[in-house]
Amino acid sequence: MAVVTRENDPAREMGSARFAANDMLFELARQNENVVVMTCDNSQEGTPLYRFSQEFGERFIDTGIAEQNTVGMAAGLALSGKKVFCQSFASFLATRAIEYIFLDAAYNHAPVVFMGTHSGVTAPVSGPTHFALMDIAYMRTMPNLTVIVPSDPCISAKVMAQSIQWPEPIYLRLPKGVEPLVYLGDVDVQIGKSILARPGKDVTLIGCGPMVYHCLCAAKRLAAEGVDARVIDMHTVKPIDKEAILCAARETKGIVTSEDHMITGGLGSAVAETVSADVVGGIRVPVIRLGIPDCFPGQCENAEEIYERCMCDKNAIYVAAKAILEGRSL
Amino acid sequence: MAISASENDIRKLQQKAAQLRHMLVDLVDSAGSSHIGGPLSACDIVTALFYRFMNFSRERADDQDRDRFVLSKGHNGDLLYCVFADMGFYSYEELLREFKKTGGRWGEHPNRLYNPGFECSTGSLGHGLPLALGMAMAAKLDKRNSRIYCLVGDGELQEGSNWEAIMCAAQHSFGNLVLIVDKNGAQGTHLVSDLCDDSNLAQRIEDFGWEVHTVQDGNDMFQICEALERLYADEGAVYGRPKCLILQTVKGKGVDFMEADPANWHAGSFRNGRLERAHGSIEVWLERELKKSAPMRHREMEG
Repeated sequence: MAVVTRENDPAREMGSARFAANDMLFELARQNENVVVMTCDNSQEGTPLYRFSQEFGERFIDTGIAEQNTVGMAAGLALSGKKVFCQSFASFLATRAIEYIFLDAAYNHAPVVFMGTHSGVTAPVSGPTHFALMDIAYMRTMPNLTVIVPSDPCISAKVMAQSIQWPEPIYLRLPKGVEPLVYLGDVDVQIGKSILARPGKDVTLIGCGPMVYHCLCAAKRLAAEGVDARVIDMHTVKPIDKEAILCAARETKGIVTSEDHMITGGLGSAVAETVSADVVGGIRVPVIRLGIPDCFPGQCENAEEIYERCMCDKNAIYVAAKAILEGRSL
Repeated sequence: MAISASENDIRKLQQKAAQLRHMLVDLVDSAGSSHIGGPLSACDIVTALFYRFMNFSRERADDQDRDRFVLSKGHNGDLLYCVFADMGFYSYEELLREFKKTGGRWGEHPNRLYNPGFECSTGSLGHGLPLALGMAMAAKLDKRNSRIYCLVGDGELQEGSNWEAIMCAAQHSFGNLVLIVDKNGAQGTHLVSDLCDDSNLAQRIEDFGWEVHTVQDGNDMFQICEALERLYADEGAVYGRPKCLILQTVKGKGVDFMEADPANWHAGSFRNGRLERAHGSIEVWLERELKKSAPMRHREMEG
């Protein structure tokens, strides 16, 4: 399937990976009576989860502000044969309840789908208490857990649909609101297989979540200067698509990664680990990792401002790619 | 209240509890040392549940309608290992060979993948009750009659997640859920009361909306069986409030030198001649239990 991206779309259409995932929840629940949805005080009137509670009654439970119990319960439901979708702010679900995800879900092989919303800095006015900036690092160290960071509503919807058959728990990282759409038309989505969003032979830009769009914008700017950048949408951070990374390392001059997550431990680390472990292939390419540096980014009116300030946005990706091509350090 | 367990039934359960204690002591000795005080305090309630009250057996281990037992205090896995060996899930000899051995299937804390009989893998405290809530909710959704029993230690209740779960269970009327507190008064390194006074535990849990029953001697089989029967005597009880059974137990129950020094027998070994003494003590304990006269209601039932 040829992938068509939207960085040249003058309309800059917007969409929401979170809303798309929630829309899919209704479809799945209508088809499968084992679907149960849980949340922690996130089902006020007007929200998708409120509508879900109205349509599905006892198959929905808002357990209140108590993430540990909620995650444990989700695992208990899953061990009794239920397909559980457990949704809360990524900052609380994936950090406060981390041991419950690790032991009750991952260790117990309880196939819960954890939907961590308001990921990264996508609730920018809320500040560091509500930012989820370590969740990829935490989640990707857990055996049995699959970590998915969709860049576009079509990916979150398709991952949700596939998750029904997935035998192990999944962490699905969802931004808060509306973001620029990445893809035009249909895209083939398989858990564990990255999407080649733009072919290219000079340098590779790898992003996940909202940074895929930034990678495409940087590639467009590079193209205007005659640089042919490859863009990879690494929606599955664990298990990571090693083949795509190693091909990029062999076929292009270097890799730039960007994520709305701490630079340490996330997508960039996973890519660097893959490249550095290629002993036999003899790959020697630079990997420049962009993300949130070692600081607490303060509140902001707009996530884009934080990306710019933290130097992981499209401009920073462009600069990093140029550094690789010119053989100089950043 | 008259109960359906006859005196003879109770005597058989007491003998089973003694058999499990002997197995447990030898199992711990096979590993050099392991958790022992808590397994001995919980031995009688676990015996009553698995050998009389729960709809659970080796044949029914995958039956959706089975009752479920969640061992939240995973460090007492050794007790359940003995129960499941005795129930025929595997042989006791296999267990003795592999318990806490490199590459062995049975570790200090249970892993449901390798240890048949367990509903879930536990070990870190404060996890069992949330897991049990999920199982209780699933049973309610499926309109199954199964009951979910969750065994916690009293020290374990210091973990905040239990109280999240206690609030949630009352809110949603998980009447099919039974929280069993093995209140033996001692945790890993201290008496519970030294670190976190819980003398009003029953009142606390009742105030959270639960139906609470306290068993004054939580190692007395008559009292245990009576309390377990009372829980669901009323047919509607499964739809009512969640149930809590607080058992006042003795850490190391059945082994005299442990009973005398409970705070130091969270875990230990039977080296230096203690093994013989422990087995002997269990026999003395059993004789004493068997001679305990049955409460009046049992004698009436026996005719």
